[in-house]
Amino acid sequence: MCETCGCSIPDHKHPTPADHHTVEVLEGLMSANDRAAAHNREHFNRTGVLVINLMSSPGAGKTRLLEETARALDGKCSIAVIEGDLETENDAERLRRHGIPAHQITTGNACHLDAHQLHHALHEFPLEHEGQATDILFVENVGNLVCPAAFDLGQHLNVVLLSTTEGDDKPAKYPVMFRAADLVVISKADLLPLLDDFSIEHAGNSLRGLGVETPTLTTCAGKTVDINAWVEWLTDQLDQHRNNTQQKAATTAAR
Amino acid sequence: MHELSVCQALLDQVRDTAQAHQADGVGMITVRIGPLSGVEPDLLQQAFTIARNGPLTSSATLNIERAPVRIRCRDCEQENDARSNRLLCSHCSSYRVDLISGDEMLLARVELHRAESSQNSPDPERKPSHV
Repeated sequence: MCETCGCSIPDHKHPTPADHHTVEVLEGLMSANDRAAAHNREHFNRTGVLVINLMSSPGAGKTRLLEETARALDGKCSIAVIEGDLETENDAERLRRHGIPAHQITTGNACHLDAHQLHHALHEFPLEHEGQATDILFVENVGNLVCPAAFDLGQHLNVVLLSTTEGDDKPAKYPVMFRAADLVVISKADLLPLLDDFSIEHAGNSLRGLGVETPTLTTCAGKTVDINAWVEWLTDQLDQHRNNTQQKAATTAAR
Repeated sequence: MHELSVCQALLDQVRDTAQAHQADGVGMITVRIGPLSGVEPDLLQQAFTIARNGPLTSSATLNIERAPVRIRCRDCEQENDARSNRLLCSHCSSYRVDLISGDEMLLARVELHRAESSQNSPDPERKPSHV
């Protein structure tokens, strides 16, 4: 018989307070993802590729910008793209038609890419195509201004696209995403003369309101194409990345 | 809605902690979440009722401590509380600020249960895993 409650259930025992104890953990909830992301980043650093995580709401023009980017960088540096979408291979096929090596991750119902998914994709999609090493790998994340911001993939830089048709207060509405950005690209800038509710100045103020000094630039990649500022930013980042990689390699060799 | 993914990662960590301490069950799990972590506490709580089903955690509860958003100004060095989308210094209005609290997403504490029989042979070498 249980000595505490007097029931007749064999071996019935009540846990005493001593059976409960609390342990401090103090570890980030994303630590498994962060470890996978660090592993991806090490791999990228060994190969020297610059990896850019491209995020925006659906339809802001990520794929179109990449098509034009490949055209502008043709012969100067080689790019490759890993696409994240809930369904279809459409975006990867669009990019392949432009001669861009592309790999599609279909996430099913998941609203973001995570570091493990990218790791698996890298096993199927080498960073060397036809003997040519990739200079810049773009990860075109699932179109979503909320969830992708929480998952480190191992990228070097986050770029967030804000299209002029979305409204210039998007940074204030989605602070987590826009705070994560290293660059905000205001896309579809050729539509500005037709819109009365988007001001580049307001968008900049909305971004500053998040307590960040993130640079912005504008692009248009529709019937009118002007992506010069973007291409210049990319080539600067690639140069900087190469210098950093070389310096690190020299420091390691000196040890 | 990435809270279910976050919750599954949380429960993996909790189960690892429980196993490392040879626990038979888990009681209250305390996490610390800031508004700028991108995780919505109410959605995390809902996801938890689904995700906890499984070994060790089926009767666990989730306690969410909400971290305030707090910034320090790089220009005037003052500190103040702020709203998630208005992170400006309240003293000099500068946007050159550092976030000192508000983007946390931490597993803080886990309450572990152990049946008496497994308590008879405690391992004196085993220390709590502070990470």
